This record gives sequence, C-alpha cells and structure tokens, in this order.
Amino acid sequence: MIPAGFEYHRPRDLEGVLALLDEHGDDARVMAGGHSLIPMMKLRMADVPHLIDLQAVDGLAGIEIGADEIRLGAMVTQTEIIGHAGLAEAAPILREAALQIADPQVRNMGTVGGNIANGDPGNDMPGLMQCLDARFTLVGSGGVREVAAREFYEAAYMTAREDEEVLTAVTIPRPAGGHAYEKQKRKIGDYATAAAAVQIAKEGRACASAAIAMTNLSDTPVFSEGAGAALVGTAVDAAALAAASEAMLGDIDPTEDNRGPVAFKRHVAGVILRRAIERAWSRA
Amino acid sequence: MTKKMHITITVNGKEEEFLAEPRELLIYTLRERLNITGPHIGCDTSHCGACTVTLNGKSVKSCTMFVAQADGAEVETIEGIGGPDALHPLQVAFKEHHGLQCGFCTPGMITRATKLLEEIPNPTEEEIRFGMAGNICRCTGYQNIVKSIQAAAAEMSAAKEAAE
Repeated sequence: MIPAGFEYHRPRDLEGVLALLDEHGDDARVMAGGHSLIPMMKLRMADVPHLIDLQAVDGLAGIEIGADEIRLGAMVTQTEIIGHAGLAEAAPILREAALQIADPQVRNMGTVGGNIANGDPGNDMPGLMQCLDARFTLVGSGGVREVAAREFYEAAYMTAREDEEVLTAVTIPRPAGGHAYEKQKRKIGDYATAAAAVQIAKEGRACASAAIAMTNLSDTPVFSEGAGAALVGTAVDAAALAAASEAMLGDIDPTEDNRGPVAFKRHVAGVILRRAIERAWSRA
Repeated sequence: MTKKMHITITVNGKEEEFLAEPRELLIYTLRERLNITGPHIGCDTSHCGACTVTLNGKSVKSCTMFVAQADGAEVETIEGIGGPDALHPLQVAFKEHHGLQCGFCTPGMITRATKLLEEIPNPTEEEIRFGMAGNICRCTGYQNIVKSIQAAAAEMSAAKEAAE
C-alpha cells in the first residue's frame, strides 16, 4: 500500500519529458493515468526514483477522426473513448472493448496509451490494436518513429518501445465491416480469461477480409493471421468457424493461473472466438 | 526521504496548502492530514472503491493517485455532498431504503452515485449496477443500494421538474 519515495516531475511539453528521460535513464518512468503503475509502486514491484507525470504535457490529448485514419492521443482516457460519438461511429469496437475494461473510476483515469504501452498481456487494448492494424507513434530525443501494433509486443512487459521513448499517439486505419470484442472474465474489472477482437468485412455473401487477435492467452497479445485467413472467401459457416478456431489455437500459448488451467483456457478461447466471429459477422 | 512539495488543493470548497512528499496517496492526505475521514481504504489493489472521491468533476479512487498529481485540483468527498442538517437526496435515500449496513463502503458509494446521476439522470437498474461496478459492498448484496439510487434519481428528477 505504501509506495517508496520519488521525485515528481510534471513537464508541460514533450521536450521536457525527453530531457528528463535522457537525464535519469532507467531511474525515470513516465506515468499516464497511473492505474497500472501506482498499484505496482504500492506493492513495491516497480521502483521509480523519478516519476514523470504526463498529465500537463501538450499534444497528448484528443481524438481525431479522419477520412482514412483515426488518431488517438496517448492520454485519451477510456471514458473519453466510450463517450465520443464520432469514434463510436467510425470504430465502434473501441467503445465495445473500453466498456469491458476495469470500472468507471479506473476508466476516468486510465489512458489508451498507458494500456498499450504497459506490456501486460492482460490489457485489452493491445490485442484490439493488433486486430485493427494500428500504429504507435514513439518519440525519443533521437526522433519520431512508428511501430505497428502487430510488431510491438515482445514478451510480458517487454515492448519495442525504448526506455527513453514516449508513446504519444495511436493511429488506426478506419475499420470496415462488422466488429466484436468478446471477453470472458470472472467479474467486473478482471483481466480476461480469454478475449477476442474481430473485425470482418463482407462482400456479397462471402467474407472479404477478417482480422482476429486474442487477449491474455500468451505472454503477449496474439494476432492470428491464420484465423483471419480461414474465414476469407467463406460464408462464415460452421466449417469456417472450426478452421479459424483451429488456426487460433495453434497461435496461442496460455499458462495456468487462478483463471484456470491451460486446457480450460484453450477451451474458453475457442468459445469466445466463435462468439466474437458470429457477432462481428452479424454486423458486417 | 525525497524532497517535499508545496501542494495546494481545494477540498469541499476549502483551499488547503501544505508540504508533502509526492508519494503521499490522496486518500491519506484526506484522512490523515485533513481529517476528512469519510472516504475509506478497503483494499490495496484499486478494486473496492471505498476511497472514491470526485476530482475535477470525475469519480476517482483516491488510493490510486499521488497527492502530487492532485496538486491544483478540486476534490469533493462525502463530507462536501451533504451533512446532518442538509442531507443530499442520495444520503436520504440510502437511509430510507436501507442502502447501508456497516457504512464502510457508503461514502464511496454515494460519492460515485452523485456522478452516475449526472451522467445518467434516470438510469435503469442495469445502468446503475454497471455504473457502480467500481464499488464493492460486503453487507448489502447491492439490492438496496440499487433501490436507493433509483429513489434518489426519481426524487432529484421530480425536484428538477418542479423547479422548471
């Protein structure tokens, strides 16, 4: 409950953040909403001599809905995602997923950037962003680069972000077709036993494209290219669902914990994926 | 020991200034420094919501915020929502509909419910249960909390209509 002491910084611009990161190196951590970092600091599992609060930094807020792409500032909260009418129209899967994350108080503080950058496989946004083929903007003192969500996650708490970089924004191609974020959890606020993000486009009676990503079933989110490919060209019938499920099960690698043993998680993953595909298809 | 910061926060309309270590959690600032002991601590993993306060108009769990983050903020707690001589309709309704037993979750419940009723003035039962899902209660089984919030919503809507 009692975090260790730290020096607190509240820079007003990104230059200020980068200067602090360069000065303090490993001793510094940026904080967005604080709803993963502070709990870890309270358990003394995170040691943060210099805490850099991003709340006053210019340019990290805002939701922009473009003709082809959507841009979310890293400090956009889950509550803002849920409440944004334009976003609900352009990419309704974001609202559907955000409503399954944590609880009202946590959603008022927790940000999309923090959810993505945290690197905990339990977080829901990473798989969702892989499904949507989002790109993450990373800014360091050496410059700006973009990393695809599908390339970003390396292992639990290990991402492509360097220590001296800040994730500033998420860019999402406007999704087409039907969507679903289906999550099995023990109760409100729990990380998923298994969750699936699905976005499907239809042409005539057949599936034209399908993107599928799974949450909390490996030490990273899992984008299952094979599961999506198994649906393309089909009428998303029982055989196609079985093929997609089989491909997905080949890509995940769950571990046993108090959400259940491996066999159970694999079973739940199949059920959740089928439900997600069926709902997305019904909306396509 | 890290350097203390000069902090200014407004709590229930009153400006407070003091020196504090940045690591001080807002719930401790309220309870131990300012003697505002309505908000409670029920867990150390940010689940229970007993510490819920309103910060700059939003429901937050004050155990998951450093006082350093709250520097410059406006905070409202159960003590600012209403007192014995002027109870808020939610406080009246929790009393009349038996929405509390031990009372430990109640300050957080009612503080959260004030914002829920701003977000959704006439919520359905489902919206109440979902909107209050960040607050755990050990005693009531939630049923009477739902009734209390429904009663307060009806009361507040009627009062608003009468005023118009």
